[in-house]
This record gives sequence, C-alpha cells and structure tokens, in this order.
Amino acid sequence: MSKDKFPELIELIKTRGKLYGPVKGNGKYSFEEITDFKELDFNYQRTVIGPKKFLTPPKYPVLRFGKEGTEEVLEQDETKIIIGVHPCDIHGINILDRLFLANIKDPYYAKRRENLIIIGHSCLPDENCLCQSTGTDIVEDGFDLFLTELKDFYLIWVGSNKGLSLVIDAGELFTEDISQEDIQEYVKWQQQRSNMFQSKIPYFKYMADIIHLNYDSPVWDQFGEKCLSCGTCSIVCPTCNCFNVDDKILMNAEEGVRERMLDSCTLPFYSMVAGDHDFRPKRTDRLKLYYTHKLKEYIGRWGQPSCVGCGRCVTFCPVNINVLTVSEALFWQVCEKKEDCNL
Amino acid sequence: MMTQEREKNDSSYKTHAAEIRSIKDLTSDIRYFKLRFLDRSIIHEDYRPGQFAVMSIPGVGEAVFSISSPPTRKDFIEFGIRKVGSFTDAVYKLKQGDVVDIRGPYGNGFNLEALKGRDLIIVSGGLGAVPLRSVLLYIEDRREEYDQVFFLNGARTPADMLFRLDFIAMEQRGIIETHLSVDKDDTGEWPYNEGVVTTLFPKIADRIVSEKTTAIICGPPIMYKFVIQDLLKLKIPKDQILMTLERRMKCGQGHCGHCAVEGRYTCLEGPVFTYYDVQRIKELI
Repeated sequence: MSKDKFPELIELIKTRGKLYGPVKGNGKYSFEEITDFKELDFNYQRTVIGPKKFLTPPKYPVLRFGKEGTEEVLEQDETKIIIGVHPCDIHGINILDRLFLANIKDPYYAKRRENLIIIGHSCLPDENCLCQSTGTDIVEDGFDLFLTELKDFYLIWVGSNKGLSLVIDAGELFTEDISQEDIQEYVKWQQQRSNMFQSKIPYFKYMADIIHLNYDSPVWDQFGEKCLSCGTCSIVCPTCNCFNVDDKILMNAEEGVRERMLDSCTLPFYSMVAGDHDFRPKRTDRLKLYYTHKLKEYIGRWGQPSCVGCGRCVTFCPVNINVLTVSEALFWQVCEKKEDCNL
Repeated sequence: MMTQEREKNDSSYKTHAAEIRSIKDLTSDIRYFKLRFLDRSIIHEDYRPGQFAVMSIPGVGEAVFSISSPPTRKDFIEFGIRKVGSFTDAVYKLKQGDVVDIRGPYGNGFNLEALKGRDLIIVSGGLGAVPLRSVLLYIEDRREEYDQVFFLNGARTPADMLFRLDFIAMEQRGIIETHLSVDKDDTGEWPYNEGVVTTLFPKIADRIVSEKTTAIICGPPIMYKFVIQDLLKLKIPKDQILMTLERRMKCGQGHCGHCAVEGRYTCLEGPVFTYYDVQRIKELI
C-alpha cells in the first residue's frame, strides 16, 4: 500500500470499531483512542503499558452482587482495534493468550480477546530493546494485519480472517503486485534493523540452565537488597498477568462488586497464606520467583521464555533491576573467564 | 460436586449454591461444615480425594478449602475449616440453613484409581486429616480394590485430634488398619499410642512390601521430614510417596499466579506432589 493511502485505511479500520493507537503525551507514549489519523505517532519505541491493558485491565469488576443475587460481569460486545503494536508486544499477547485460553478458558479475558483486532507496525530498536536476543523481533502470528513501513509504501501481512476481511474491503487501497525491488527494499531494511540493536544478551538461550545453576547464588541477595518491591516491573511487563481478587461493598451496604486487579509477585505478602505463613517473606525470594518463572520455568512448559525483550523493565525499574542486568549478573556467576565462555 | 468436564458454555467461575446442613466443632479452632447443593442434579461423585473447592461469600470474598468428604458418598460435600483469617471469620458466623457459593473441583488430587491393587500407607498429622479423610472414606467404600491399607494418624493431644470419634470408629470397624497417636496425652484416658506419628511405624514395618506400596501423607512441614525418612527406610520409592501441599490460591485455574512454585501452578499441577517432585522442584517444601 502506498503511504498516501494511509488516511483512507484508517477511515476503513474505524468502521470496524473503536480505534486505539500510540499517542505521545507528557513525554511518554501510550495507546489511546484515536479520532483522527494525525494523532497517531508511529515513531515510538515503547508505550509505558503495553496492549495488555485492553486484555487484563489494571482493575475491573468480575461479579456484581446485591439483594437479587450475584451476576457475572462480562465486558460488553464492542470491537476495539489497536494499531501500531510492535512485534514484541504481539508476542506478549500470544503469551497471555496461552495462559488465559490454552488450558482453562478465562471468560473475562476471552471476551476481551474476541473483540480485539490487532494491527501490528514495524519498529526500529533503541538502546534498551532486547527482542533480537529474546527471538521476538519478528512476529509470524497473533496479529490480524501487520504493517511494515518502508520508504514510500507499506508491506502488509495478513494474519487472520478478520485481517483478510479488512483487506477485501479495502479493495484498491492495496496492490497485490509486489515487485522484486520492493522485496529487496524490505530485505535491506531488515538487515539494517538487525544491525541497529545495541543491547544484547548473547547467552539468552542458555538462561534456563544459568538460572538453574544459580539457585543459591549471592546475586539474588544483591538484587534483593536493592529491590524496592514497588511492582513497577510487573505493571509494565507485557507478560505479567498475576491478579488479586477483592470484594467491595457499596455505601448502601446491600450491593457490591468483586474486582480483579493486577498483582505482582514482587510485592510483600504475595505468597502469604491464611494463618500468616509467608512462603516468600524476603524481597530476594520474590525477585527470584519473578525471574525464575519468566526465564526458566516458562521455557520448560512452552519452549520459550516469557520475556519478549520489549525493554520496559530496562527503561522503568528505578533501581536498574531488569532482564538485562539480572541475566548478566547470573551469567558471570557461572562463567568466570570470558574466554572460556565462547560468546 | 460439579462435573470435571464443564459445560462448554459455562464460565469457569460458575458457582453453585450450597446450603449448610450441619456444623460441628472438631477442635477448639477447627469446625466441620456439611453442605448440600441446592440444585440436586449436580453430581457429587466426579472428583478425586485431595482436590479442593473454592467457597465464595459475596461481599467477603473467596477462599480455597480441601474437600474432606469422598466422592463415593453422594449428596453431601464436607469441609473442615480452621478459623485463621477474615474469610474464615465470616464462615464461622454461618448457621445451619445459610447458603454459600461453591466452585470447583480443582487441582490434581490423588489418583486412587491408578493405585488399585497396591498397598497403601496413609499418614496424617494435625490438619492433614482434613483432605486425607476423603481418601480414607473412599478406600473404606472400595476396600476390595486395594491390598493392605494402613492408616497412621498423629495429633498433639486428644483434644486437638480432628475427627476423633470418626477415626476411633474407623479403628473399631477395622476395614482399614488404623493406628492413632497423640504426642502427649494430657487426659490420662487416651487408650491408644502416645508419641509422635512416626512412633507408629514399628507396628506396621514388618508387613510392608516396598515394591507394591504407595504412601499418602499430609501434615505440618516438620512431620513430612520425619515421616519421609521412615518411609525411605522402608524402601518406598520416592515417586510412590505422595503428599499434598499448601500454597496461596485465588483462582484455582492457573491464571492468578499466586500458587506458583518456580513456574508451576500448584492449583493445576498440585496440590498433590510426589517426594521425587519435591526433591527436584526447589521451594516446594
């Protein structure tokens, strides 16, 4: 699709539902509702909170109760479209899909997911992007459409029936004849992008073993000492999904709601059971769970880590505890001499 | 209990209203609740001993409890609940005839079906008797499917012993060879063994056939340590020592994350683990 057709594409997409996309405000990006295509700003690296806010909002009601009994609260049927989602965040959604839909289907997530259309957009890395190391710099599924922005045109991938239906309705907006030069331009762009990554975790594929060998490592205490237990890493992480459930009674004392809210395993009392026994009283214990779950156990279960290399923890952790610094510290525990490790 | 195979369109959070039919104090801080689903068509037999259910009281919240009754005894579902927090405070205020919402069953439970023909040693201590009572009654009801079955139960004092009358009756019925012990008899009238639960092992040791025995244990952490030592001395294989473990649980469906051990969700892969798992998975005990 040629670039000048872009406003028309946006108009077409808006016929399908409410459109959200990356918008700059207060120096940070976030996915906001779009009324005019000019509000969109694709020249961004990462939003503070990823598209997970559309699927597992920070807080939402799941049950309403009152004199008449209880009633499950499901999101209303309304299509939302997010445009401008980067490959790492699409991988993040795929991971959430696996968790909430693959085994027991979560009704609240399922409803929101069914009503979501995802239009991906290509990106260029900054100094915190790690997706090349985590193998999530390219995405093959999980989107409805994916737009790769080249010099004068977009290359468009179709990822689902919903995406295909948009393409059919777009009619002449899109051209099917992609020339050899277009493909060459794309390949060149990919190569350039690959060379732009500044942060790397070359041993990332060995992280499961590295964490296993480091179970009793002093590194965990060093990070635990620094950790503020603020939960920022979980709020911004596109794959952190833990939630708590709490009942609230309204002022009339007759009705109330049961709410789900984001939780984080780094917060105190996360693993405390009735009777006040806490399985993870120390920050070290909780931080170890966070990284062991993401970088070791998830691989055992699904064959890949649940880190998508978006760089949000690198950008937002106030005390510099993130997938990069933790991986590095653990790696150097098991590899004392660089020349032995053959990176 | 509800069917394992949930209706396709049913929400995984669908609860069923159940009425409290009877309440009785088991000890000074543990109370027994017998409930019956208002919808009598809900079938009760389709769960495994060792599984748990989530009880919901709108306005108070939800909490997870081991099911204490066996799937072989229909119509009722029973819990033994200790008063330890805000939810159980509310549960203790409930009276006969009150209605609560139940969802479940969750967790793997004990696969007793797969243990047919084997010898079983069931060891419980303290509150561990709550989930193991389901195992015991199940086996009493299907006794012919198992070979030798031993039950060893420990409690601090006679007054602290859960299901005291039930277990004494079980001992007298003799369907399961039952040995009861208290750490300390402060009444002077305790007719059975005195000493920690492991002091009961000599009573059964010479009859154990290690290659056809499975042990099922539940109790406080300190009990696991000593009981497992004794079981290993009897040459019970590590993967034939089954134990049920506690973790914080909220959703019961592997979604909310609280029960994760490393990255395994206790509510899906547990709460029953083998001693082999426990040795392999750090943090489990």
